[in-house]
Amino acid sequence: MTETSVPAFVVDGISFDYEGIPAIRGLSLRIDQGERVALLGANGSGKSTLLRILDGLCFPTTGSVNFAGNPLTLENLQRNGDALTFRRQVALVFQNPDVQLFNPTVFDEVAYGPLQLRWRKEDILRRVNETLSLMGISHLKERPPYRLSGGEKKRVALASVLVLDPNVILLDEPTATLDPRSQSQLIDLIQEWKGTAKTVVTATHQLDIVEDIADRIFVLEAGTVIASGTPSQILSDQSLLLRANLVHAHRHSHGNIVHTHPHSHDKREQ
Amino acid sequence: MSQKSFIESTLRGFTEAFSKALISEQAASLPGLLQCFDPRVRVVGVLALAVSVVLCRKLAVIAVMMGVTILLAITSHLSIWSIARRVWLVVLGFTGLIALPAVFIIPGRRIVLLPGLHLSISAPGLRSAAMLVLRVETAATLTTALVLCTPWVHILKALRALRMPTEIVTMLAMTHRYVFLLIETANQMFESRQSRMVGKLSGRDQRMVIARTAGVLLSKSVELSHEVYLAMLSRCFDGEVRVLTDFRLRALDYLGLTGFACAAWLAIWMGR
Repeated sequence: MTETSVPAFVVDGISFDYEGIPAIRGLSLRIDQGERVALLGANGSGKSTLLRILDGLCFPTTGSVNFAGNPLTLENLQRNGDALTFRRQVALVFQNPDVQLFNPTVFDEVAYGPLQLRWRKEDILRRVNETLSLMGISHLKERPPYRLSGGEKKRVALASVLVLDPNVILLDEPTATLDPRSQSQLIDLIQEWKGTAKTVVTATHQLDIVEDIADRIFVLEAGTVIASGTPSQILSDQSLLLRANLVHAHRHSHGNIVHTHPHSHDKREQ
Repeated sequence: MSQKSFIESTLRGFTEAFSKALISEQAASLPGLLQCFDPRVRVVGVLALAVSVVLCRKLAVIAVMMGVTILLAITSHLSIWSIARRVWLVVLGFTGLIALPAVFIIPGRRIVLLPGLHLSISAPGLRSAAMLVLRVETAATLTTALVLCTPWVHILKALRALRMPTEIVTMLAMTHRYVFLLIETANQMFESRQSRMVGKLSGRDQRMVIARTAGVLLSKSVELSHEVYLAMLSRCFDGEVRVLTDFRLRALDYLGLTGFACAAWLAIWMGR
């Protein structure tokens, strides 16, 4: 990543609310191309909403979002050519895989994006089979998605996005509902993208994975960025994590003295 | 009605919906008569037969068309027993109720006098009711055969090819795609309720449980439909239905189309 290249996203002072309930408040950030970024925050901090705004699915009431130097607005996305160009480059994996799986079979599901992008039939067949194999779900290709387990659904949802080989991948709580093995496979995959041209933005509240999946972290609280930095900078700042509700104060007594200290549930052995 | 029979029968209904969907998926892949035609030919053919049945004015001709429909279902490897339970009984219940007054109201030659009720069944009334029920039974069987023998995406693509507006096709697509998720959600809600229930609920309370669940499910479905639309939009959805299978009309399809057209024309001509 060079200083002169156009950033993937520039978000400037955006606000967004759901029927009067504020979700994002005056949020600004910049994500460079090829960067792996984590949006770290507790439930309700605005991570998912921000991802939707970055994916052009909803639009801020104030402020602006630029993608690759161009304004990301409803008017621009309503132009068919612009929408196709944007969708070809940016893909979002939803937190709930059920909303993303709406085709009769897993194969159709993974082929849905390429079909919408009007790829050639031979390319679709080859690419879908490759992606199914990469995600280890070739054996599920004839199954209807609604009959899969939670972890399998998540893999299919991921495959349905990865098949498009987008430049920007937005992941909303990607490891939720995954078993430990699938979780580490996904983390391995994100690690493989390090140093490539892919921009990866992951929304999560899992402290134990952020070092592996991100080079930079934005900490969100109540719809705004309260801190940003490298994973080691953020994870070592216990007061920040406490403020963002990512750790909690563990209270216990030593004799007659009540003692509290921040406490997180990091799965790795220390 | 016992507590178990009411809520458990609802649960059983959800499970059956899933298994019906599976049967449907299996039937579409069988090498039957309907399945061998291009989906567009199936849609046009079934529509033509259904319209001809509706336009037909002779009971005997409608009965013959019902016979043709049953033959079509059998040669398409569909279970007649299953169709009888899923379609004929339901149609008989609903349409029979609508047609019932005609049996007594329409004047004509009296067949039976119901003792003590001062009501009589007339021959024209009975014929009218039979025609209505048989028409609906035949049309419903035809459309069921079409849906069971054709993958849903192929029906949608065929409808688009036949210039059905995108908005309607999209609505159909969304409904079909998410009905299973809603069934699953409803099933989980009932199971969760069931797991926390102690003792017996009165019939009134059970109906309240069902009504509340339906209300919550409706709210959830509104939210879900928005989410699903966003997910489709995120993957480049532009209102058009695209599938991997290319539709190509072969000689067999033209033959089928001619067959359907002839059968429909004959039914209209003979039943005029």
